[in-house]
Amino acid sequence: MEMLSGAEMVVRALQDEGVEYIFGYPGGSVLHIYDALFQQDSVSHILVRHEQAATHAADGYARATGKPGVVMVTSGPGATNAITGLATAFMDSIPMIVLSGQVRSDWIGDDAFQETDMIGVSRPVVKHSFMVRDAKDIPEIMKKAFYIATTGRPGPVLIDIPKDQTAPNVKNPYEYPKKVKMRSYAPVSRGHSGQIRKAVEELMKAKRPVIYAGGGVIQGEGSELLTKLAHRLNFPVTNTLMGLGCFPGTDPQNVGMLGMHGTYEANMTMHSSDVILAVGARLDDRVTNNVKKFCPGAKIIHIDIDPATISKNIMAHIPIVGPVHQVLEEMLSALDEHGGEPDQKALERWWEEIEGWRKVHGMRYETNENGPMKPQQVVQALYKATKGDAYVTSDVGQHQMFAAQYYQYDKPRRWINSGGLGTMGFGLPAAMGVQFAFPDATVACVTGEGSIQMNIQELSTCLQYGLPVKIININNQALGMVRQWQDMQYGGRHSQSYMESLPDFVALAEAYGHVGMKITKIEDLEGAMNEAFALKDRLVFMDIYVDPTEHVYPMQIADGSMRDMWLSKTERT
Amino acid sequence: MRRIISILMENEPGALSRVIGLFSQRGYNIESLSVAPTEDSTLSRLTLTTFGNDLKIEQITKHLNKLIEVVKLVDLTEGAHIERELMLIKVKATGAQRAEVKRSVDIFRGQIVDVTSTVYTVQLTGASDKLDAFIGAIGETQVLEVVRSGVSGISRGEKVLSL
Repeated sequence: MEMLSGAEMVVRALQDEGVEYIFGYPGGSVLHIYDALFQQDSVSHILVRHEQAATHAADGYARATGKPGVVMVTSGPGATNAITGLATAFMDSIPMIVLSGQVRSDWIGDDAFQETDMIGVSRPVVKHSFMVRDAKDIPEIMKKAFYIATTGRPGPVLIDIPKDQTAPNVKNPYEYPKKVKMRSYAPVSRGHSGQIRKAVEELMKAKRPVIYAGGGVIQGEGSELLTKLAHRLNFPVTNTLMGLGCFPGTDPQNVGMLGMHGTYEANMTMHSSDVILAVGARLDDRVTNNVKKFCPGAKIIHIDIDPATISKNIMAHIPIVGPVHQVLEEMLSALDEHGGEPDQKALERWWEEIEGWRKVHGMRYETNENGPMKPQQVVQALYKATKGDAYVTSDVGQHQMFAAQYYQYDKPRRWINSGGLGTMGFGLPAAMGVQFAFPDATVACVTGEGSIQMNIQELSTCLQYGLPVKIININNQALGMVRQWQDMQYGGRHSQSYMESLPDFVALAEAYGHVGMKITKIEDLEGAMNEAFALKDRLVFMDIYVDPTEHVYPMQIADGSMRDMWLSKTERT
Repeated sequence: MRRIISILMENEPGALSRVIGLFSQRGYNIESLSVAPTEDSTLSRLTLTTFGNDLKIEQITKHLNKLIEVVKLVDLTEGAHIERELMLIKVKATGAQRAEVKRSVDIFRGQIVDVTSTVYTVQLTGASDKLDAFIGAIGETQVLEVVRSGVSGISRGEKVLSL
């Protein structure tokens, strides 16, 4: 058997897992591993400028490809800088492996230089974690880590590696396990057939049905089947923020995103429904509003891989625990077996009602004659310039909601955002990860002047690797979402929501070796977009000034039901 | 409602902290906890008592089951079960009280396991409420020190929690 050092084992295991990229930053306790990386070229290491960015880049890569993202950081501050990225991936169930260096085993607990109890610090934000106590265990630990991260409900797994376990002079036999056997971990592989048949009965009886599809459909590779099911039944479909793209955004059956900033018709459809087929969704607080007033007449069929998600916030009448892909497939054959059709007359009436709601709001907003442009116009211009076929990453805030509302995602894995944790600073590094995965694809990062500054140092990484990301900086010179809440709930007192002394983003982009553009007039927008996207091999930073007073609508009214919404600054339901 | 959850988990470093961490991070309470390896040294048996309605307990058990190191678990209070807790208690025992304490120990079927001229150390086993009752009977002013093991539990009959 081949004899390898711990460091070589780590790298060989990455190769054996077929890892293309590892995002990281070197430091004392991982130097042995970096030396082993240097001596091979099948795994490419991407040097970021901050460890948080490494985690988001790996995360973006994972969301765009479905493959796990891999990160390497050193002990202490390197490791703690990865925490936000771990938490982001954990909340959105993204498969990720983080390899963190640790001080020598015999120094652990002595407050050694750059020592942090990373297993302890990361515990609430990882699916699982391992500490390497013997270099011999590295192949098995790596195998288990990848297995746990990518199966069941995916999530990040951390491996903490003390420096002495990677010492180049200590060699052990290396054999990468072909299979994992864990008596305490067996993700569900099939949904309960009886429950699936019961669900089909319920769907057939429904008069006001809706399919509510979340990020789990994308993660569970169920988009095609969900689309097939929805078309077969002619039921309306609404997507969560995380589920956008799992059912085509431009499909007439799509009533749009639901929840806090969901469309009027999506929220009305949900509230008035009699059967909700929730697939890979969490029924979280951004969707349900007040749980006591949630969809009073609806029976809930809930499909999810994670039993703990079912009946956590809202009781499910028909729970189905299983992989979305398998359950939907079986549901389709159960439909064939059943042979019946949904109540067409009722569905016709239901669609008439939905069309009526569609006419009410229809995502309208007022444009300014001669005044500053609206952020919605920017997203619509982006949609046009990219022909709706870009990978769009976003940061967090108003621009994120506009990008979710006004860009129609027709394919899964195209819309990449931090939905659960809401991590500002996610967008640019995530875009890097996507661009690495798909070097020829158009990748746009929709951001704001607040968020972009939380990881702006990555402009340097983009230069190093020639990543032609297009940054759409929707600049309203304020922390827009904070400001919106302060307008609506704090009497317009804008406590700390201004961004004073903004940098000259054009000069900044140029200083990093990129192209910068400043756009202040709506008539320049389309031309500038086309010009930017024509620069196929350059990063373009588009600093676009928009109306700072704009709000995101619709917006659910706190503690109300799903149908209680503000539709503009003056109209409410 | 009070519940006794019994968990079989991998006897590995860090496993216990994951169980405890789960309770604090999700806002659940642990009333008592006892843990030790089983006859199979790769497994630990952990018993904890907590309070909650059916929904909350369902969430707790689901989340516990998600922990990678948890192999199996059971809510003992769902069926017939035996519950025991060990208490060592030091009580003042001088003058007339000496006989009084001795009587109480006998009534509760405890044992005096150490004696000085002023102090009895009593060992008592039983369900938690029996131990509470003993402290009540002795009177708090008499109590010098209390050590309780936390609840251990096992199902009645042929039902077993094993691999």
